[in-house]
Amino acid sequence: MVKIITVYGGMLLTAMGRTLLLALLGLFFACILGIVFGIMGVVKNKILNIISQIFVDVIRGVPMIVLAFFIYFGIPYLFNTIIGGYSFTFSALQAGTICLALNCGAYMTEIIRAGILSVDEGQMEAARSLGLTYGMAMRKVVLPQAIKTMIPTFINQFIITLKDTSILSVIGFPELVNTAKNVQANTFMSFQTWAIVGIMYLIVITILSRSAKVLERRLNVGR
Amino acid sequence: MADNREIKVSVKNLKKDFGDLQVLKDINTDIYKGEVVCIIGPSGSGKSTFLRCLNKLEEVSGGQVIIDGHDIVDKNTNINKVRENIGMVFQHFNLFNNLNIMDNLTLAPVQLKKCSKEEAVERGQNMLKKVGLEDKAGNYPNQLSGGQKQRVAIARALCMQPDIMLFDEPTSALDPEMVGEVLQVMKDLANEGMTMVIVTHEMGFAREVADRVIFMDGGFIVEEGTPQEVLLNPKAQRTIDFLNKVL
Repeated sequence: MVKIITVYGGMLLTAMGRTLLLALLGLFFACILGIVFGIMGVVKNKILNIISQIFVDVIRGVPMIVLAFFIYFGIPYLFNTIIGGYSFTFSALQAGTICLALNCGAYMTEIIRAGILSVDEGQMEAARSLGLTYGMAMRKVVLPQAIKTMIPTFINQFIITLKDTSILSVIGFPELVNTAKNVQANTFMSFQTWAIVGIMYLIVITILSRSAKVLERRLNVGR
Repeated sequence: MADNREIKVSVKNLKKDFGDLQVLKDINTDIYKGEVVCIIGPSGSGKSTFLRCLNKLEEVSGGQVIIDGHDIVDKNTNINKVRENIGMVFQHFNLFNNLNIMDNLTLAPVQLKKCSKEEAVERGQNMLKKVGLEDKAGNYPNQLSGGQKQRVAIARALCMQPDIMLFDEPTSALDPEMVGEVLQVMKDLANEGMTMVIVTHEMGFAREVADRVIFMDGGFIVEEGTPQEVLLNPKAQRTIDFLNKVL
């Protein structure tokens, strides 16, 4: 145990850093996707509603590991071999970010859609009755209230995304699990290696959910 | 009533259906400047739907609704511009829960660039004084009683300086002892010459304040006239039955 920490500790910490980087990148783009598709899911327009629903259904209906292989291997193969004439590749970080963003984005879409729908319709009506446009009413009245109800589920999704980065070890991104596999191969100390990795995840996620609770309480002040 | 009063709202052959359900069948009426019109009728008669068609919170299925010469059923009419001149007060107040009272009042005037932030706050304070809540500017809606919320809602609508005010059962969700304070504010408003359309179950209020009472049932206007005519000497059997039940 001590040997792993002294010899491989720095390597594992760097890998944890990459895990966090990947999670944050994925989450950032997932939020953008979630807001766009979430709003497309609640506006009064059948076509946009359907597009949003298809996005959610397709992404949710495919395991993330399949999505990862498809993006990392499948898409370059499509351009380079099937269509031909390109020499196109994704880095593992790019493919990983796209994969996480799509996967988490689908869930964010549902979180944001449900959050907006949870705000009483009367809020929108009152805003519109004063002459505000749909966009103004959304920005100033509905979304601020929706976001408050979304925070707990949003944090939950953040934690899930952080854990999902481990799946991306399959495309060779040197995040924590991928790195730990190497450590295990070098040392043969499976018990110690995976125990340390498990504890590392546990610490980060606990810090995250605790600080999220504080944030949640702060935002509720004065309401 | 052949007269030369200015028509503020003109409704012609108004129809509204929700799928197969016809809620408004053929509504025709004119509302004049400064007139206070109370709409009464049993639930499901279409009176709230009718009111909500006047600022297009409901899409109209047929006919015309002309506000100050603008046909709001016409897709080319900028409905947001028309709504700026029509205040609306809801049964459940619908104050913006994420904003304090002053921000509730100033949001629309500032966003729509009706005035500067400072002017909006000043106007907001005047309006709060008018409804007797000048000390509540910094509070949030959930810290107010129902009656106070509804008075803020009226003040919020007035901050846009509308020509017409619509009230959708403004006292129906209130505890009985809070009804009076809201009706008093509405009475003051009527005395100032505001054009008002009020869906209400407060027959006493209608009798006292209304210039005209409209009785609706089954998606039609069954009877309309002065409070004296409709409430005290109704002609239609349906009106008589309704009034016997509620009075």
